[in-house]
Amino acid sequence: MRRIGDAPVVRRLLIGAALVLSALFLLLPLVAIFAQAFSEGVMVFWANVSNTFTLHAIGLTLMIALLTIPVCLVFGVALAWLVTRFSFPGRRILQTLIDIPFAVSPVVAGLIYLLLYGRNGWIGTWLDGHDIQLMFAWPGILMVTIFVTCPFVARELIPLMQAQGSREEEAAVTLGASGWTTFRRVTLPNIRWALLYGVILTNARAVGEFGAVSVVSGAIRGQTNTLPLHLEQLYQDYNAVGAFACAALLAFIALLTLAAKAGLEWRAARREAFA
Amino acid sequence: MSQLATWRTGSTRVLPGFGLSMGISVLFISLVLLLPITGLFGQLAGLSFAEYWAIITEGRVVASYMVTIGAAAVAAIINAIFGLLLAWVLVRYEFPGKRLLDALMDLPFALPTAVAGITLATLYASSGWMGQLLEPLGFQVAYTWVGIALAMAFTSIPFVVRTVQPVLEDLPAEVDEAAMSLGATDGVAFRRVILPHIWPALVTGTGLAFVRSLGEFGAIIFIAGNMPYETEITALMIFVKLQEYDYAGASAIASVVLFVSLALLLAINVWQGRFVRRLHGGKG
Repeated sequence: MRRIGDAPVVRRLLIGAALVLSALFLLLPLVAIFAQAFSEGVMVFWANVSNTFTLHAIGLTLMIALLTIPVCLVFGVALAWLVTRFSFPGRRILQTLIDIPFAVSPVVAGLIYLLLYGRNGWIGTWLDGHDIQLMFAWPGILMVTIFVTCPFVARELIPLMQAQGSREEEAAVTLGASGWTTFRRVTLPNIRWALLYGVILTNARAVGEFGAVSVVSGAIRGQTNTLPLHLEQLYQDYNAVGAFACAALLAFIALLTLAAKAGLEWRAARREAFA
Repeated sequence: MSQLATWRTGSTRVLPGFGLSMGISVLFISLVLLLPITGLFGQLAGLSFAEYWAIITEGRVVASYMVTIGAAAVAAIINAIFGLLLAWVLVRYEFPGKRLLDALMDLPFALPTAVAGITLATLYASSGWMGQLLEPLGFQVAYTWVGIALAMAFTSIPFVVRTVQPVLEDLPAEVDEAAMSLGATDGVAFRRVILPHIWPALVTGTGLAFVRSLGEFGAIIFIAGNMPYETEITALMIFVKLQEYDYAGASAIASVVLFVSLALLLAINVWQGRFVRRLHGGKG
């Protein structure tokens, strides 16, 4: 039976339009990043990447991502367990609240942290009295990064755990397994791929966050400059090739993220086909 | 009613971890998400209403609302059309490179916004690959609001594609077969049969894309040119006030942005809830 849009002309026209527009709109920018980064040769690219300030920015960015992931992981699993395994008043409100970071502009996210923990804020004044500085230092960058990335793991887990239901876990508990054993032996194997994808998304955003971080970082070269802030400075200093060298590193992480997603989806589809 | 019954007799009693997961979730949401917002209100409390009103209705700030909302609306409309086309092609047709195209759809989410920003600015500047082609034709993209809309459309396209795609996939083949066997043309059948099904998802996706565009910063500031009254977005106004150490001014403008985006998020959630309930006959 013929379906809507199956006529060869319509088909070709729509596929053609989709391919041309995607190539111009999505693929071309990706190609441009690497073309710019390597426009003066591999040696210049390498010199840009191995520059002391760039290396420091890479190190700081990786450290922030490594510290962010476990925090978001614990929160994401706890929240997903709570809203999919129990029914209680306020469950929907919790699910709406975790979307706040998606709706709040990154600049506003940075600002609210700066207002609270900065020198004029009510916590900041107290911290200042105890010689603790969070804003314009790496802890501030970490805090806003956690804010912007915290929904990812929970968002990946909730639909999956909802669909799987809690029968297997209930069986394990009824048979006498402890809560931790049930989680480790029953829940974790079921959710590990979604968990992994949540971590990959968290990492991608943590590594690339710009707006929120630029408000609280102070962007001191060699001290509080993450890779996205460093590339901005290079770009503003008319060192486009240097900026694009940093951009290429970040784009490479983005490509790994896309490949991981495609791989995990392919796995899931194959398992469904064999099930 | 049945849901209430399972709650009373079922899982809550059997599975452990209610207290622990509730404790972690509530503590985290309070400390990370809600507490910082109080800082904003603390700052605003120092302003009289007249001062607050003067800040948020200042000419340059109002111009930035216009630029942001206008460009975000254009970006959302472009994305609704382009996103629908992509979702349709990815669900309905088989062709070489389909898997790659599907993977490419997530690029704007995976790519850091600052990277997208400098790349789009370089591509569409008068010496860039696209700028060289477009400028002789009279289209200036970089440093105009067209560039702002372009950057917004780039960062938010996956919202529409990824919201519409699953709904199209779930549409049973009989739906179009019935329409086609009754002799409807492609266009009529699409409008009368497919569109009513995917309409809620399309609106949700477009709404999410619009909210995202309102708050976007990194991807836009490089291509915008940031001319006061002309190509300044509201997020940049907050940033500018902060650099002048005008915390009260930054907070006042931020409260407007925060209020609008939370209200839109809530509206989308309510809309989506209604649509899910309708599909699943009262549950959900």
